[in-house]
Amino acid sequence: MSDRITMAHGSGGTQMQELVEQAFTSIYGNALLLTGDDAAVLQPEELQASGARLAFSTDSYVVTPPVFPGGDIGRLAVCGTVNDLATSGARPLYLSLGFILEEGFLLAELKRIVASIATAAEQAGVLVVTGDTKVVEQGKGDGIYINSSGVGVVAPGVELGGRNCKPGDIIVCSGSLGDHGIAIMSMREGLNFEAPLQSDAAPLDKLTSAVLAAAPHTRCFRDPTRGGLASTLTELARQSCTCMLVEEDKVPIKDAVRGAADMLGYDVFHLANEGKMIAVVPEEEAAAALLAMQQSPYGSDAALIGTVVSVEHPELPRSHKHQVYVRTSLGTLRVMDVLSGEQLPRIC
Amino acid sequence: MCLAIPAKIESIDETRTAQVSVLGVTRVVALDLVPHAAVGSYVLVHAGYAIEVVDETIAQETLDLIAEFPELAQGV
Amino acid sequence: MNMNLLNKFKDPELLRGLLERMLLLAHKIQERRGEQPLCLMEVCGTHTVAIAKCGLKSVLPPAIKLISGPGCPVCVTAHVDIDRIIAATRVPQATIMTFGDMMRVPGSSTSLEARRAEGARIEVVYSPLDALSRALKHPKQQIIFVAVGFETTTPLIAATLKRAKAAGAENFSILTVHKRVTPALSALASDPSLAIDGLILPGHVSTIIGTKPYGVLAEQFGMPSVIAGFDPVDLLLALVQLLEGIEGSRTELVNAYGRAVHEQGNAEACALIDEVFEVSDAVWRGLGVICESGHVLNQAYDSFDAGKRFDLPSLTEPTKEPKGCSCGDILRGIMTPNDCLLFGTACTPTHPIGPCMVSSEGSCAAYYKYQIGERA
Repeated sequence: MSDRITMAHGSGGTQMQELVEQAFTSIYGNALLLTGDDAAVLQPEELQASGARLAFSTDSYVVTPPVFPGGDIGRLAVCGTVNDLATSGARPLYLSLGFILEEGFLLAELKRIVASIATAAEQAGVLVVTGDTKVVEQGKGDGIYINSSGVGVVAPGVELGGRNCKPGDIIVCSGSLGDHGIAIMSMREGLNFEAPLQSDAAPLDKLTSAVLAAAPHTRCFRDPTRGGLASTLTELARQSCTCMLVEEDKVPIKDAVRGAADMLGYDVFHLANEGKMIAVVPEEEAAAALLAMQQSPYGSDAALIGTVVSVEHPELPRSHKHQVYVRTSLGTLRVMDVLSGEQLPRIC
Repeated sequence: MCLAIPAKIESIDETRTAQVSVLGVTRVVALDLVPHAAVGSYVLVHAGYAIEVVDETIAQETLDLIAEFPELAQGV
Repeated sequence: MNMNLLNKFKDPELLRGLLERMLLLAHKIQERRGEQPLCLMEVCGTHTVAIAKCGLKSVLPPAIKLISGPGCPVCVTAHVDIDRIIAATRVPQATIMTFGDMMRVPGSSTSLEARRAEGARIEVVYSPLDALSRALKHPKQQIIFVAVGFETTTPLIAATLKRAKAAGAENFSILTVHKRVTPALSALASDPSLAIDGLILPGHVSTIIGTKPYGVLAEQFGMPSVIAGFDPVDLLLALVQLLEGIEGSRTELVNAYGRAVHEQGNAEACALIDEVFEVSDAVWRGLGVICESGHVLNQAYDSFDAGKRFDLPSLTEPTKEPKGCSCGDILRGIMTPNDCLLFGTACTPTHPIGPCMVSSEGSCAAYYKYQIGERA
């Protein structure tokens, strides 16, 4: 119906996936891009002798408002790219930052955001090594946009990717879901609610490396950002041609997140996170992976939330779709589907 | 249709506007439709208005009724 | 009261007991009816989603079939009304404020979401009060609020207009597409092609209108029915009570949501509706015109009608109804979404054609999202 870009194309759900496939990957797709993981793992010829591989990833940040409870656009720009690199098992090393500033933006606010960038970069152990600044006329931007790209190195033998998930594997979640999504929405005009919540924006490279050390056969990591757990797990199910079975009661969700989601009619599994990691690990390493997360910074609420199952699994309906199922507290099953359209509050 | 969830009235101001909370999340809600609502009441909130006060006595009666079902009575 | 009491309505222990009882009743019914399943319709779209979210259909025995009725005010909004709302986006200098649900509803050629992408000023709010406070804060802006909903929502639109009138908010107006549930239920119940053995009635509409307006269902149409709440325990209790009535050959109306629904409803809310609105005929998507099934502004509040204030008919495009869409039969319970040729192919949540796919609670969207099952 739409011949223009709508907000739905940026919401991390079905429409965005369609746009990426139709407008981008079908035009300049290549084997590296098409793996569909959050960071590309590269080994140019010049590095082959040394065995070293690079991880490379990019992301842009347009969040409104730029400063919110628990963080700001600068912290997001660092953590988001660091976490994308970390999903490949890489040690993040270098970042680039590109700023698009709107005429009239307060210098004091910019300084505050930059200070927060410095703190986050220090926490993550990365250096900002190159950057760019552009200014657009008033009304042509939203104060501040940031693009960040990052490079890291992947240790020999580390081969992570969504395609590796196998039936029997365990899904580990590093903490409570939806905090960031609700914290941002509580700032939006038109919704007018207050939640005792902070964005969870955090660098998770230490957490992923701890999990890799404890569970060397980890299949993959993924950070459930826009589109939430539902998008992340559905992507993994499709990449690995499996199904995922999540135990509803085991997923850590804070009361306030549940309360806000109930009030506005949101699905908690669609809410965005900026400081959470999903790991899929073989069953025999699940306990070790969980402990490693729980002992890492930002992982104290980690939990085992489900399993990877075959599409033939006897408990599942014979739909042969690679999708995510939820076992409810009633013991029944339902589908956890991906967000469709923009996430909007509803009353009906 | 008609998503409405129970919320607790924390305070009421002189314009009959209440501050309500749901699992720690707070919002301002108009009490135009529930003149009898008081601080501490649970109200059903729909699109920024309280549409009814939840009746505690009947809630308990409903639960008691269920508890008498033989399938549950055996277990208790 | 404490929250623990209300949390009991989600209690897994109670649920297991109720489920066992429901299965026992279903077994009895199957013995009596054989292959012929008992068809129950949940009228309300929020029930459709609540049923899906607790996975009820994955444990429902074949003897009981739950079908979704016309219970989402967004999905029953006709093209002609959507086109009128779209026309309001062409009013110079006006800002349209709407519940999120309406954004993706397609009219004859476009939707609010697409109009916003074209530059129209459209904002999503949670409450009509948020729209009114915008109007009061910016007296030079024209704020047009899209007033959609059943009886649950109508009184709060009325209360908002009363406040607007008292505050002299001359830059605030609304577009009404309100519907009344009981005339539509009567229209359904009187349809001879309808094969439904019992109704699960909308809890929050009942909160406002009470139990009396449903009397006609049992008395005139011999239709057993139950008013249900929205927590899992409420749903199963309602189902059990409805099945017990049917098994005992009783044609009755049961109120299984007593903590929120009183016999006389919410008198204050009903009075507000009467103060601001009057009953009118209304067009329902898929069902056509149903007598006395709508609410429009009465003379005292006529000046808040955006249609008249901005001469919207002159800005409205000719209405085109969608082709091949079976939403009409789906709403009547004659077809399930799976039976529609467009379902899941031409019509999906990403590219909705019919109203039942548009709303996240519409029969088809809920079916598409949650149905455990047969589709490859």
